[in-house]
Amino acid sequence: MSDFSQCAILELKVNNHPGVMSHVCGLFARRAFNVEGILCMPMQDKKHSKIWLLVGEDQRLDQLTQQTLKLEDVLEISQHSSSHPVFAQMMEFVE
Amino acid sequence: MKISGAQLVIKLLERQGITQIAGLPGGAALPLYDALPGSNIKHVLTRHEQGAGFIAEGMARVSGKAAVCFASSGPGATNLVTAIADAHLDSIPVIAITGQVPSSMLGTDAFQEIDTFGLMAPITKHNWLVRSAEELLEVIPAAFRIATSGRPGPVAIDIPKDVQNQIIEIDEFPAPGEAMPLPQPTLAQLKEMEAMIAKAERPMLMVGAGVIQSNSSEAVVALAEKLNIPAVSTFLGLSVFPHGHELHLGMLGMHGSKGNNIALEECDLLIGAGVRFDDRATGKISEFCPQAAVLHIEIDRSEIGKLKTPTLAVHADVGACIKALLANCEPQQRVEWVSRIKWLNENHGIPLPTKQDLSNPYSLIKTVAEIVGDNTNVHTDVGQHQMWTAQVYPFVRDRQWSSSGGLGTMGYGLPAAIGAALADPDRMALCISGDGSIMMNIQEIDTAVEHNLNVKVVVINNSRLGLVRQQQALFYQENFAAVNNKRTADFALMAQAMGANGFDLGKATDPLAMLTEALNTPGPVLINVPISEDEMVFPMVPPGAANKDLIEERKA
Repeated sequence: MSDFSQCAILELKVNNHPGVMSHVCGLFARRAFNVEGILCMPMQDKKHSKIWLLVGEDQRLDQLTQQTLKLEDVLEISQHSSSHPVFAQMMEFVE
Repeated sequence: MKISGAQLVIKLLERQGITQIAGLPGGAALPLYDALPGSNIKHVLTRHEQGAGFIAEGMARVSGKAAVCFASSGPGATNLVTAIADAHLDSIPVIAITGQVPSSMLGTDAFQEIDTFGLMAPITKHNWLVRSAEELLEVIPAAFRIATSGRPGPVAIDIPKDVQNQIIEIDEFPAPGEAMPLPQPTLAQLKEMEAMIAKAERPMLMVGAGVIQSNSSEAVVALAEKLNIPAVSTFLGLSVFPHGHELHLGMLGMHGSKGNNIALEECDLLIGAGVRFDDRATGKISEFCPQAAVLHIEIDRSEIGKLKTPTLAVHADVGACIKALLANCEPQQRVEWVSRIKWLNENHGIPLPTKQDLSNPYSLIKTVAEIVGDNTNVHTDVGQHQMWTAQVYPFVRDRQWSSSGGLGTMGYGLPAAIGAALADPDRMALCISGDGSIMMNIQEIDTAVEHNLNVKVVVINNSRLGLVRQQQALFYQENFAAVNNKRTADFALMAQAMGANGFDLGKATDPLAMLTEALNTPGPVLINVPISEDEMVFPMVPPGAANKDLIEERKA
């Protein structure tokens, strides 16, 4: 699956401590919003992490973004178009 | 100073102003309970952890302040889950603190180990699995800050036993956690709102629990009066308007009056103040208020546009908005619209029986209200009794009303009433319940007796799961499956068995005299009131239908 044209890419800056991934992924799952891809790595400062999410681009995305912003450990969200290279580059490791 | 994790928790709770905690101990919470005696905190031992969760909810709803419950690991934590989910759906600031197996045993399926963090995550604003005693210095104040900031809600803190026992050295205690400042409306937003309201010929206010949370009930009523804007209340927004207010059409939605529904069909501006457009309130949302522009004032950004697309959205403290509008808006008359509302209220309100008859639920609830007076906090369980109470109880002040709205949790009423009796002891805690609901937490009568609380339980008993039966009667061709309790327990006797006073109006020669005596008897009292299983809650909007397609009465 290398065609991401129907997808959006979310970039989250989060606190780097246990449970954050669970809070973020759980939120998308229980609101019945499919996540196609996840990438999470600590940032240089080790206090924060970046989570990249590959998600379906549909009308509920704004609602999901607002819900995600309510999570205590989510500090910032920005949305990128499907042309962002992050997941395209990851494909190398899954195919 | 040297201090253990458990002692630190108790000390930080004291510093947050917590004086009472409901809970039930167990192996993994023993250090916490070891640290309790000698503190300023009174512990209320419940007979089931769910009772502890609801007691905390009852305390929080009546006081507007965060309340705490304790439980142990495993079943203690899972038993709390229903109450925390209830607090989550109704935005109630409850702080659940649970013991957990020692850190070294986490993930080994140890005795009474369960993933409490995972269970609590979807039903809290935030939750923690605490990894060290030092973390508590941040976590406890943060719990109070998060639970009470913005739109309130529950949080959960899971503390492994070794963290409770860990001794750490600290110099001073952290500052107590406080609610963060709320977002305020901008001047431009205020001007837009003013213009929108001034232009409207037939505006309606829809008031929700956000108004109560922002302490602006009086301001909302004053604004409605100054600008002549009629109002409907959501289920949880009841008690914002005092009963009998001529601009108020009562609760909207599935069991709202016909007049209320007609008014919403006709209005040209809907002002949603601290509401989330729940489906039980709006009915089929695409047909809700078809002629109206929508002004949505809401503290939770994610609620704006979630279900109803607003014409104008103001993401700000509803109290600040209402108070600014009250100060800035010129009075308006709207003579025609107000007289229309009066006519609707008079002709299409909830039809009440004309003479007193205690086997009629409306008459019973009105009579109970008359006997207990205004110095009462009113609770219900979930079912027909709850809707009858919501339709007709004569509320006089906000926070007088406490019921499980979003989650619709049977078993809420009695423990929540106990919480109110503990937090607001100068007022009677009334619980109107049903024979189905009361059985879900009846064991807590024993707790009420232990503390000799002013709790009065009125069980409206039709020996049926009445609201389910009603739907089976109306929508499932009277296929009455699993709704008949056949023989209900003798509730009066059950109350007596736990040391409370129990009365049964079914055995009274003078029911009114017995009801009066029972409600005037000090301490915990249960009163069983038999009614017919054919009594129904009307009007009723069929689930999924538009509110205008309500059923007014049962066709023979």
